[in-house]
Amino acid sequence: MEITPDHLVLFRRGFVVLNATIVYTRVVMLVLVVVAWMATRARKSDPDAPRSGWEGALDGMVSLVRSQIQEISDREGVDEYLPFVGTLFLFIAVSNVMDIVPGWHAPTGSLSTTAALAICVAVGVPLFGIREAGLKAYLHHYLSPAFFMLPFHLASEISRTVALAVRLFGNIMSGSMIVALLLAIAPLFVPVIMQMLGLLIGLIQAYIFAVLAMVYIAATVHRQEERPQEQNQ
Amino acid sequence: MDTSTWIGIFSVSASAMCMGIGSIAPALSEGKALQQALSSIAQQPDEAGTISRTLFIGLAMIESIAIYCLVVAIVLIFANPFWNHVIAKPGG
Repeated sequence: MEITPDHLVLFRRGFVVLNATIVYTRVVMLVLVVVAWMATRARKSDPDAPRSGWEGALDGMVSLVRSQIQEISDREGVDEYLPFVGTLFLFIAVSNVMDIVPGWHAPTGSLSTTAALAICVAVGVPLFGIREAGLKAYLHHYLSPAFFMLPFHLASEISRTVALAVRLFGNIMSGSMIVALLLAIAPLFVPVIMQMLGLLIGLIQAYIFAVLAMVYIAATVHRQEERPQEQNQ
Repeated sequence: MDTSTWIGIFSVSASAMCMGIGSIAPALSEGKALQQALSSIAQQPDEAGTISRTLFIGLAMIESIAIYCLVVAIVLIFANPFWNHVIAKPGG
């Protein structure tokens, strides 16, 4: 039984190996880009064009993510985190929801993909923090409240990155594995229910991943703004 | 019994114990968190959005412990490094 789509090699020539993870990641990217392009194509050529359904759906998605970001970061009119967090959410949600396509292996069911996404968050959070407060003030928080807290700060950053990666991987992988096991035991109807549960879990995990990324960013930025009160994490 | 048998026995029972024992505490604490959140929503329905968002984040944090157990159990069953090591040697 396959635990990760990494081992599923679709194409091999010399040292070029295309496994299912890479291929399906590209497919998700292609779907996202094509849908976004199709939805906004009419608007680009003619600003007064009537609003299409696709555009409305994308617009709703963007304003949903924006409202969530504003609620978490507690500030009005912040759009700087929207591309990062929104992309994380859309990528994970689409790759999980496309599980309904027969033969689909969700790229988020591979630890390589989720580790890459978590590393993006681990790199992005300090960058946002540095941009908000400057390098010196950002590095200072590693030494606060006292210098011996440095290893604990580092440990917390590493462990939350690992947790982000393993949480998404474990949820998606266990979902597909349960369906595979049930197919062997009761192939007629039961897997459908588990697959529906898997879709729900996939969407919730996409939401949680994006919200956690935003919470980490907001915690870093908040800390720079109001150092005295260590509220909100 | 030879080494591979012992490794098989210990791997399977360790994965079963890992999953079984490891899911007790997350299950209890998820129930507790949910109970608190529900009673808070019942008291303050206006804050339902904030409470449920925080609840989701907290549940994800708690659940990740159970997920670690699941990953360890699955690795022990399907991708056991010790088992592969023993099997790879000629003659077991």
